[in-house]
Amino acid sequence: MFITYLGLLINAILVSTPPLLLAGLGSCFSERSGVVNIGIEGMMTLGAFTGAAVAYFTGNGWLGFLCGGLAGMLLGLIHAVVCISLHADQTIAGTAINFIGPGFAVFLCKAIFENSSDSPALDTTAKLPKMFNGMFPAGSFGYNVISTYSVAYLSFLLALVCWFIFFKTRYGMRLRAAGEHPEACETLGINVYHVRYIAVLISGFLSGLGGAFVTLTTVSQFRPSVIVGQGFIAIAAVIFGKFTPQGTFAGCLIFGLCNGIRSLISVSNSSISPNLLSMIPYLVTIATLIFFVGAGHVPAANGKIFVRSK
Amino acid sequence: MKKKLLDGSFLYVIISIVIGFIIGALLLLVIGVNPGVAYAKLFSGVFSKPKFITYSIVYAAPLIFTGLSVAFSFRTGIFNIGAEGQYVVGSLAAAVIGILIPMPKGIHAIVCILAAAAAGALWGFLVGLMKVKKGINEVLSYIMLNWIAFYLSNFVVNIKAIHTDQGAEATKNIQETASIKMPSAMAKLTGCTDVHWGIVLAVLAAILMWFIMTKTTFGYQLRAVGFSRTAAEYAGISSNKIFLTSMSISGVLAGLGGAVQLLGMSERIPQFASQEQYGFQGITVALIGSTNPLGCIASGLFYGAMKYGGNKLTVVNVPTEVVNIIMGTIIIFIAISPVFKEILQKAVAKKEGGKD
Repeated sequence: MFITYLGLLINAILVSTPPLLLAGLGSCFSERSGVVNIGIEGMMTLGAFTGAAVAYFTGNGWLGFLCGGLAGMLLGLIHAVVCISLHADQTIAGTAINFIGPGFAVFLCKAIFENSSDSPALDTTAKLPKMFNGMFPAGSFGYNVISTYSVAYLSFLLALVCWFIFFKTRYGMRLRAAGEHPEACETLGINVYHVRYIAVLISGFLSGLGGAFVTLTTVSQFRPSVIVGQGFIAIAAVIFGKFTPQGTFAGCLIFGLCNGIRSLISVSNSSISPNLLSMIPYLVTIATLIFFVGAGHVPAANGKIFVRSK
Repeated sequence: MKKKLLDGSFLYVIISIVIGFIIGALLLLVIGVNPGVAYAKLFSGVFSKPKFITYSIVYAAPLIFTGLSVAFSFRTGIFNIGAEGQYVVGSLAAAVIGILIPMPKGIHAIVCILAAAAAGALWGFLVGLMKVKKGINEVLSYIMLNWIAFYLSNFVVNIKAIHTDQGAEATKNIQETASIKMPSAMAKLTGCTDVHWGIVLAVLAAILMWFIMTKTTFGYQLRAVGFSRTAAEYAGISSNKIFLTSMSISGVLAGLGGAVQLLGMSERIPQFASQEQYGFQGITVALIGSTNPLGCIASGLFYGAMKYGGNKLTVVNVPTEVVNIIMGTIIIFIAISPVFKEILQKAVAKKEGGKD
């Protein structure tokens, strides 16, 4: 009995963490380069729709996943042009992205699927594949933990890759420097605009992937309410993780665990309110900010408009 | 005159709105809809009957409040992205008192409104406290409190004493004594059964805010901190105190928006599936209104009309979401308007230079 519940819990973590993690890692790139991106939620929503729509028409979940990422990247490009080249306030631009992303997603959905704001349900073959299908009997521990979406494990691997990029590559060093002291970077011949463009595009792409993961795995279709707050939880995880990929990974796992517990509770009919459990990621983040992080760890140039001297 | 126009913000707001509509039209063309038909429906959906005009104004009331909330904080250099959460807790406080505590007519509504103001103030004050005491970036804590308010509201909606027993996923309706609807004669006159006092309160709030901002020492201090925190400190203004006050007042305004919408229009709170967006729409209202309180009345009316008229687009098979896209585009273009300004000013200077 215990092992079945444990399996269910791990399974719930494995499906609810990847969207947060993908978006969170993306957000890490953007924030560390000095560009605040609160438009993650909007990028995820457009990615979620594009992923579902492409998979529906092509029957290929992987292609849908990739296109979801590209859709997010398109919004990332808008954010980058507006914030980096045109020096707009980053928070305001992010707010606009959160209008445009979901608006555009539902707009396209209605235009393509005969005025319905939900896309048609996807066949299992058009979704992202599960690993080792059929190896374990349904409902067993192995079925829940091992025979699950391969992208979930890949996203965990991606956290490692991001850690490597951040701390072991030249681009990573420049990225971190651009977010701390862009003027000094320019003096050293580093093209801050270039570094930031790449970072914001990556953040859009990964957010789009995160959104597409939701529609291409558990939900199996696009609905306007398919992305509710995941983008903001991802940002919370980044803050919780002190703007590092490994910290973000830890934050996402904790928030994924909250989700896992919530879904178990809703199955087992307990009296604990799922709404109170849903607050936990946000409360934890505030507590972290108050007790552990303080002000100093936010990248120093974050949100500040940087105009290159000519 | 020409120079004044080029230096002010009005021209750029108008340009941004025009661009927003052009981009909306292009998108409509792409999906095979005649933008003329869609925009004509939008326009007639707002102006063709007194009932429609009244509804648009009714829709504007909460938006003017959240717009004022964002505009107020903007003046002290704070970006109140938390108006959403303050709106929700305001509405929640008003609902709890409006449903549970019986009171005489009139007084009941006033108590509900005061409770909403207090709840909004608290939500803003908390963020201010974290900023002042711990140096925590307010944008982050605002966002967190938005979602905490969201789930808190859903939690309260599901409490037995508050949840409706008529089979909907919502609270009970507020008691009639707490309603701020206008007398039925007014509803008959305008044809709008939801006409309520919210718009009057919103306009009064805007005028009061304009007065405080421009005519009082406190308003001067607020703006001083907004321009330069260090210079204000040097002049003996405690910027921490100003932040706490202005963020609380900003919360009050958003909370009031939640109260008037609840007491006048919706009369109950549904279980939320996604954010209601009034706070975020308030950001748009504030930006279009150039963070000027009186400007916010105009931009609130504009947004209210877009929302009400936008609902009718479904009649001609146009996705109403085009309104969100237009509004998002407008924000982006207002955000980059300094670049426009520079280009236009240079162009005009060059042209005039050529004449001499």
